[in-house]
Amino acid sequence: MSNSKALAHPASSADAAPGDQPGAAGRAHGRGTPPPPGTSSWRSRLYRWDMKASPYAFIAPFFIVFGAFSLVPLLYTAWYSLHNVQLSNLDGQSWAGLQNYENLLSSDFFWNALWNTFTIGVISTVPQLLMAIGLAHLLNYKLRGSTVWRVVMLTPYATSVAAATLVFVLLYSYDGGMINWLLDFVGIDPVNWRESDWGSQFAVSSIVIWRWTGYNALIYLAAMQAIPADLYESAAIDGANRWQQFIHVTIPQLRPTILFTVVVSTIGATQLFGEPLLFGGVSGSKGGSEHQYQTLGLYMYDQGWIIGNLGKASAIAWSMFLILLIVAAINLLISRRLRKSQ
Amino acid sequence: MTASELTLPQTEKKPGRERPRVMGAGKQLHAGPLTYVVLSLFALVSLAPLVWTAIAASRTGQRLAETPPPLWFGGNLFKNMERAWEEAGLGSAMFNTTIVAGAITVSTVVFSTLAGFAFAKLRFRFSNVLLMLTIGTMMVPPQLAVVPLYLWMSDLGWSNQLQTVILPTLVTAFGTFFMRQYLVQALPTELIEAARVDGASSLRVVWHVVFPAARPAMAVLGLLTFVFAWNDFLWPIIALNQENPTVQVALNSLGTGYVPDEAVIMAGALLGTLPLLIAFLLFGKQIVGGIMQGAIKG
Repeated sequence: MSNSKALAHPASSADAAPGDQPGAAGRAHGRGTPPPPGTSSWRSRLYRWDMKASPYAFIAPFFIVFGAFSLVPLLYTAWYSLHNVQLSNLDGQSWAGLQNYENLLSSDFFWNALWNTFTIGVISTVPQLLMAIGLAHLLNYKLRGSTVWRVVMLTPYATSVAAATLVFVLLYSYDGGMINWLLDFVGIDPVNWRESDWGSQFAVSSIVIWRWTGYNALIYLAAMQAIPADLYESAAIDGANRWQQFIHVTIPQLRPTILFTVVVSTIGATQLFGEPLLFGGVSGSKGGSEHQYQTLGLYMYDQGWIIGNLGKASAIAWSMFLILLIVAAINLLISRRLRKSQ
Repeated sequence: MTASELTLPQTEKKPGRERPRVMGAGKQLHAGPLTYVVLSLFALVSLAPLVWTAIAASRTGQRLAETPPPLWFGGNLFKNMERAWEEAGLGSAMFNTTIVAGAITVSTVVFSTLAGFAFAKLRFRFSNVLLMLTIGTMMVPPQLAVVPLYLWMSDLGWSNQLQTVILPTLVTAFGTFFMRQYLVQALPTELIEAARVDGASSLRVVWHVVFPAARPAMAVLGLLTFVFAWNDFLWPIIALNQENPTVQVALNSLGTGYVPDEAVIMAGALLGTLPLLIAFLLFGKQIVGGIMQGAIKG
């Protein structure tokens, strides 16, 4: 936004550029036209080739990296998911057909992990985004030290999944944990955050909420600042109070941003992995003694690298991808609906 | 913010002392005391776990198992940090992570700027399709790649070497899109044309026109990429182990291994986060700006 001002200067360095281009037919010709053939035809050919090829050369690194480390592996993952690949015997791969998928569909642990991913996803995403909107609204007021407030809200984002989870594990410990100790003050019995079903899922979700609320608040804040002021003015003239302005002006204007954050958070929730892994401690990949918080991401890691069945892990990865595609399609449908109803 | 300020007549009162302007943009209203109270609560929740990490890291493991939990600092901070540095390998891990995150940051910023410039200002066939494709790649979870990558890196004999975690992240879709959005509006097309008229080659244009214009956004992208690379988790813990760890790998083995002392674990978590906290202290404003900027257009 405000950065465009900072950009008035680079002209000076551009002026310096042509200085050492000897003999280029240069100035006599119109804007952007290459030097005419004849003066030096290899040069003009080089120039034309440069104009044509350079855009592709500039985007090539991204597509090479994506191709080599995402696209090709993604296809190979599909291939491996149809094979029997064991970590202990990497050379002894054999064709398995759909067996890995059949095993998955008939495994209670898979459905358990799918369900956990869903419930933890909802518990972590919905309150997070609601709080983020509220927080953004507050940050949108004229504040003393507004930058400081924003940076403070973002500090959890600086904390890695691993560091944050290690700390929360201690905060949530049954005896001597800060949270049970605080609950005791208000007369609530200690909760077994590690073992109980909903307690552990809530604890894992709270780590996600803690790390990402401030980040999403900043995204909403950016969108709020882009809402034209006259919308609020006319709402105020119509007699809308602050709350009504928030509901009838702010929220509808934020709709595309809300959709964007929902999509991003959903993608994040589907892959949830580090928080439950470290929350589980020594046997973290199981997601708790009863697999209470074993997510799909965790299940894949457990099957692939703890149990050592990489074929099955590949099948889990592809199931995750299919689920994401379905979620994306639903999101697309909803956003179309919303656009039509507007 | 600036646009709406201009539309309202500015009185000569000292800023901060005037009563809230009732009419007009909600965004202009001054925060009341309640706003500060709620914001302080949010700030408390944001900062308390970090502060408590430092408190816990300054105690003993024995003390941390007792009720009530410690609320103020003890005297063991440096002893615990030293143990985390030596025993848990945080020292070499931080060295490794600096190399990894540094390499990823430099390469991502340069290549993203090149690609972002091409998408923002150059005309070429399929540019729109390729841009959509680039954005679409952000949807692919890393889990889809880790099994083959792991197998290939083993075949190459690269297991446990730092390049396995550097190479896959040399340039990102996010970075490309971020730079594209910035350059679309920040880089005047006339500047490129002027350089072209003077016969400048594409590389010359990049060096003398694009990089200077992109510098502020490159700095912000660099910060965001460094934070991301420092904290990257899934692929590093698969590709590396405790013999040659990054910070996150070392923290993972602290958390999932049998480590005797909780206070040492906290010291490790604190050490592993410290560089980023310092970065936030120094460049917090720029990081906040970068996230907000990426968001508007995203």
